[in-house]
Amino acid sequence: MTYIVNLNALAGGLFIIAAFGILATRQIRACLKLFILQSLLLAASALLLGLSPFSIHLMAVAAINLVTKVFFLPWLLRRLLNEEVYTRREISQAITIPSALLIALVLTIGAYFFSLSWVETASAASAIRINVPIGLAGLLIGALTLTTRREAVSQLLGLLAMENGAFFAGIAIAQGLPLIAELALAFDVLVLIFVAGVLTRAVHERTGSTAVGRLSSLREEPHE
Amino acid sequence: MILLTVIAFPLIAAALAQLYPRSRLGADATCIAALITLAITMRAAAEVIAAPTHVLVAIPYWVAMDGLSALMIVLVAFIYVTAAFFSVGYMDFRQNGGSRRYYVNFNLFVFSMLMVPLMQEPNIVWIAVELTTLFSVLLVGFKNTHEALEAAWKYIVLTLMGASIALLGFFLLFWAAGQAGIEHYTWSGLVAVAPRMSPVLLKAAFVFILVGFGAKVGLVPLHTWLPDAHSQAPSPVCALLSGVETTVILYAILRLLPVLNAVPSIQADTWLLTFGLISVGTAAFLLLRITDYKRMFAYSTIEHMGIILTAAGMGGASAHSAAMLQIVGHAVTKSFSFLAAGAVLLLIGNRNIASVRALVRQAPLAGAALLLAGLAIAGAPPFPLFLSEFLILKAGLQNGDYLVVGLLTIFIAIAFFAIMNHVSRMALGAGEPASRDAGQRGALPFSCKITLIVAAVPILVLGVYIPDGLAALAALAAKSLGGG
Repeated sequence: MTYIVNLNALAGGLFIIAAFGILATRQIRACLKLFILQSLLLAASALLLGLSPFSIHLMAVAAINLVTKVFFLPWLLRRLLNEEVYTRREISQAITIPSALLIALVLTIGAYFFSLSWVETASAASAIRINVPIGLAGLLIGALTLTTRREAVSQLLGLLAMENGAFFAGIAIAQGLPLIAELALAFDVLVLIFVAGVLTRAVHERTGSTAVGRLSSLREEPHE
Repeated sequence: MILLTVIAFPLIAAALAQLYPRSRLGADATCIAALITLAITMRAAAEVIAAPTHVLVAIPYWVAMDGLSALMIVLVAFIYVTAAFFSVGYMDFRQNGGSRRYYVNFNLFVFSMLMVPLMQEPNIVWIAVELTTLFSVLLVGFKNTHEALEAAWKYIVLTLMGASIALLGFFLLFWAAGQAGIEHYTWSGLVAVAPRMSPVLLKAAFVFILVGFGAKVGLVPLHTWLPDAHSQAPSPVCALLSGVETTVILYAILRLLPVLNAVPSIQADTWLLTFGLISVGTAAFLLLRITDYKRMFAYSTIEHMGIILTAAGMGGASAHSAAMLQIVGHAVTKSFSFLAAGAVLLLIGNRNIASVRALVRQAPLAGAALLLAGLAIAGAPPFPLFLSEFLILKAGLQNGDYLVVGLLTIFIAIAFFAIMNHVSRMALGAGEPASRDAGQRGALPFSCKITLIVAAVPILVLGVYIPDGLAALAALAAKSLGGG
């Protein structure tokens, strides 16, 4: 079964590259495509880990990911927002892309060393040694994406990328999760995407743009 | 079965509000559902106290209620009632339409809050916590103004960011429990296997959950969304958000305490004390320079969450039961405060502290309510929060946490001074208001007046007399924290 572990490692490597890609891509449409790729890789990893020993839970996770993040999210965003949002290039970011990538690199290395003490109980060939550090790194890079981006859609993608990171670790360490939890989780992600989509549209209608970074009227300063 | 009916009525009310948008059915159904839910929860709490094991089980290993859950649920149901009745007048007064969307989300939000304490499987609790955000975020942005949408966006982004962090924590917890050979993955199952769990994993899980859910409780440094969301939402929603939502999420963190106490090397109490004191301190100093009275009550929520966390970190039976009293006192007082603030907002038309002066003379009921809210939330005697804060400080002295008690006393005193300074000027202060939108906007709706009077009762009573049932419930809840 070593080829399964190797394939899973490949999926993990591509997963983290996709996370870097989401962080560094300016155009919203390209960002969305990278996010879909990342969700596909998460599903692939769940599928691989679920093959041996066969686990219906991981198959469910893979299926849920495909339905919610690969099909439902792009469909809903396309319905709620007009084309102009996707083709826009995001110029204003909190920090420049090279420095964001540098911070992401530091976070990835940090995630690896931080999770060393957690995975030491797992056997050397186990998928846990791949998935946990990469999942943690994915979570942290998603958080970085969220804080550096100013556009509502890319912030939403950062949020979902964080969730992908948590799940990437989760599929390796929480395989016995009851099915009802997975179903509820799927419902949860659906509601999240829907609510965030509706909110993005409301912001767009109200302010004429989705640049949530420019929303800064609520502060602790005396009102005029 | 009684536990399943607890969550049924908010769902029914949400369905009715969705199905009959044009009639007043949504509002009426919400009020009736709230009253029934309160009656059922009080009945269920009485059954918990009477049961020999002090646990009520609906579905074994999935849905159950012990003392701590019962306390939370009764609080949620009580504020569900006051917020629902206040909503009727509030929504009529504002007349900006969309009441269908309001009542649907309102009931679903309450439903998700009732789920959190009832669910026994921690992963499901995480899902319920996430649902509280998702159902309330559209209520926060309900006014659909620039500011309200900004607040809603900050709310969803920061709290869901916290939820992702907590999710990894819950996965780690599940992993550690699996390694320890847990039989049924529930809160009580976790306590049983806690001594066999890997301390490294347990600590990592705890820190991720504390930081992640801490964002939702409003713990510094992930608190920045809280004053925005709690000031922009419609006032009855603020009462729910500030009064019970934060407490219910804090409950999920506190559920880990007996697990962590079994492994002293984690030093969970140090983490709780540090986070708690930083939150109290930051909120106390920020309270001094507030210009918006709804934000003032929001910062006071951060302060009180910090106090409860600090009390939980002190450890010991007396500190824990004082923390429970603080939870009760905060829930009833803070929800009342936001209702009072809502009444002032209806009358004055803006949220600026400087535009409210000598309110007692212009609108006696709203002015008196605001003054009472300020005194009670700041912790003046003889109100419930004075009692619980006094007990927390006393328990800290008995434990020998002199530094913690000293800092806490200073911060509470600063917050007291700040709140009283603002509130006394608003209610009693002489002079002309700085600005005003088109003068008086009519009288308060009848339902708002009645709600203010009813919601004031527990504040006036609980400081001097605690009913036997509530005392028993608080004692049971404190025992669940101590691992008993």
